[in-house]
Amino acid sequence: MNGTAAIAINNLGVYYRTVEALHNISLEVLPGKVTGVFGPNGAGKSTLVKAMLGLIPVRVGTVLYDGQPLQNCLEKVAYVPQRSQIDWTYPVTVWDVVMMGRVRKTGWFRRFSTVSHRQGMEALAKVQMEAYKNRPIGQLSGGQQQRVFLARSLAQEADIFFFDEPFVGVDQKTENIIFNIFHELADLGKIILVINHDLGESITNFDELILLNKELVAVGDRKEVLQEENLYRAYGSKVTFFSEMSSHLAA
Amino acid sequence: MLETLLEPLQYSFMQRSLIVAIVVGIICAVVGSYLMVQRLALLGDAISHSVLPGLAIAYLMGANIFVGAFVAGIISTIFINLIRTRSNIKEDTAMGIVFSAFFALGITLITTIQKDTKIDLNHFLFGNILGVTAADVRDTLIIAFIVISVVVLLYKELLFYTFDKLGAQAVGLPVNLLDLGLMMLIGLTIVASLKAVGVILVLSLLITPAATAYLLVERLHQVMFLGVAIAVTASIAGMYLSYFYNLPSGPAIVLVTSGIFILAFLFSPGQGVFTHPPSNSGQIAILKELKGLILANRR
Ligand SMILES: Nc1ncnc2c1ncn2[C@@H]1O[C@H](COP(=O)(O)OP(=O)(O)O)[C@@H](O)[C@H]1O
Ligand SMILES: [Mg+2]
Repeated sequence: MNGTAAIAINNLGVYYRTVEALHNISLEVLPGKVTGVFGPNGAGKSTLVKAMLGLIPVRVGTVLYDGQPLQNCLEKVAYVPQRSQIDWTYPVTVWDVVMMGRVRKTGWFRRFSTVSHRQGMEALAKVQMEAYKNRPIGQLSGGQQQRVFLARSLAQEADIFFFDEPFVGVDQKTENIIFNIFHELADLGKIILVINHDLGESITNFDELILLNKELVAVGDRKEVLQEENLYRAYGSKVTFFSEMSSHLAA
Repeated sequence: MLETLLEPLQYSFMQRSLIVAIVVGIICAVVGSYLMVQRLALLGDAISHSVLPGLAIAYLMGANIFVGAFVAGIISTIFINLIRTRSNIKEDTAMGIVFSAFFALGITLITTIQKDTKIDLNHFLFGNILGVTAADVRDTLIIAFIVISVVVLLYKELLFYTFDKLGAQAVGLPVNLLDLGLMMLIGLTIVASLKAVGVILVLSLLITPAATAYLLVERLHQVMFLGVAIAVTASIAGMYLSYFYNLPSGPAIVLVTSGIFILAFLFSPGQGVFTHPPSNSGQIAILKELKGLILANRR
């Protein structure tokens, strides 16, 4: 079953106290694809991911993975929160952060094993951050910080990856490294769900798109979703978005 | 010189109070590191003020005052959370409301009962470390053992949780349990510190050694170890100062701790005011800071 199951969201509704944040969301997130979640600020993108993981209470609906509630399979999930959720002045080094990915696997009252150390090193190498192993997390650039969090999720050996706006404040080099890893993970049959808001050229890196604005606007193959009408419904006004045509010309 | 240093140790009350001062310094530095990284300094203050009525009631009932204080601390955090979650009032406001009410109740109770008993409000407010009994030493050691064991056993989980709550929750760590555990550690530590410094100054022992270490090192466990070293130094130095110059012990310890903080603040290699000026113009950093302050006030 490893890496073949999808996540099925059915009729999901989320409220913050009395304010409705998500209404009647039903969709599938497929393994083996890089799926992007798009929508304007406040559309409920972060809320969707948090609700899927049970980080905030769900009013109605179900989130199933392989027939079971996703909340019962959290050890298979790697989640990288939005930049703003992290205190970048916290006294931790790159290595400390990466090894957080091994905490659940290691179990209570135990020290990290040599296997865990190796996993941590491999994950750091993969995002090209070995040289920064002993740096405090606050002394890195935004792109480097994001790569460290990606390494943490890799060290976790998860089957399901959730990233909340990993490309905010990130340099081109980091963006390429991150997308390459996303595609490698997808090729291994993992589930990759990435929140983004940039409708620029990088959108061609996504296989599937979820377009959200409190309700589900569109979901499916990128080219089908990227219709002007869908974007208008999601973003509420004329938006300029990257056209596939010019990408072929440029390529 | 050595003789002078050994002189106070011939008194058993000095031995006991030194042990308590050192042990309290150690656990405060460790637990205070968690308070600092979570920006919960105010919570430490709130809990320490809130234990006062518990002390008084336990004293009245003849119960263990450690237990009374701990229960009062727990009840106050429950009230704080109740106000915060059942209304739009923010956490710091809720803390302010609850801790001042508890503090007032505690002072009222103690003032009332101190007419009939021989207890002294000042001992609760500022500690009475020279009056610690052998039983107090035992209780302090037991609490320290619990606190340090929990921190060692749960270190990697607590690091993850305090750094990235959502990430920790997302991998299925029991974050509510970890949060409760941290609250227990804070409560126990404050209770153990009351004899040494009292409810008003305990915040200094919790926050200042950790903050000082934070200026000098870069990982949480290093902050804890260096914080402990600073706290132990300050406890010993404070006790000797208090012995030789007849100063109140709690405030003496706090003043030494604060002095070490000032040194680190000025001279820390990474973040010191003198060693790490905000810009590289020729002006001496501290003068610039002062000028900035004065100019800012004029505007
Ligand atoms: N903790 C919260 N309490 C109340 N409202 C919230 C909270 N978090 C988010 N919201 C609201 O829910 C809506 C969706 O937020 P969010 O999921 O963060 O949007 P996005 O990630 O798409 O920018 C917004 O209107 C936001 O103001
Ligand atoms: Mg968001």
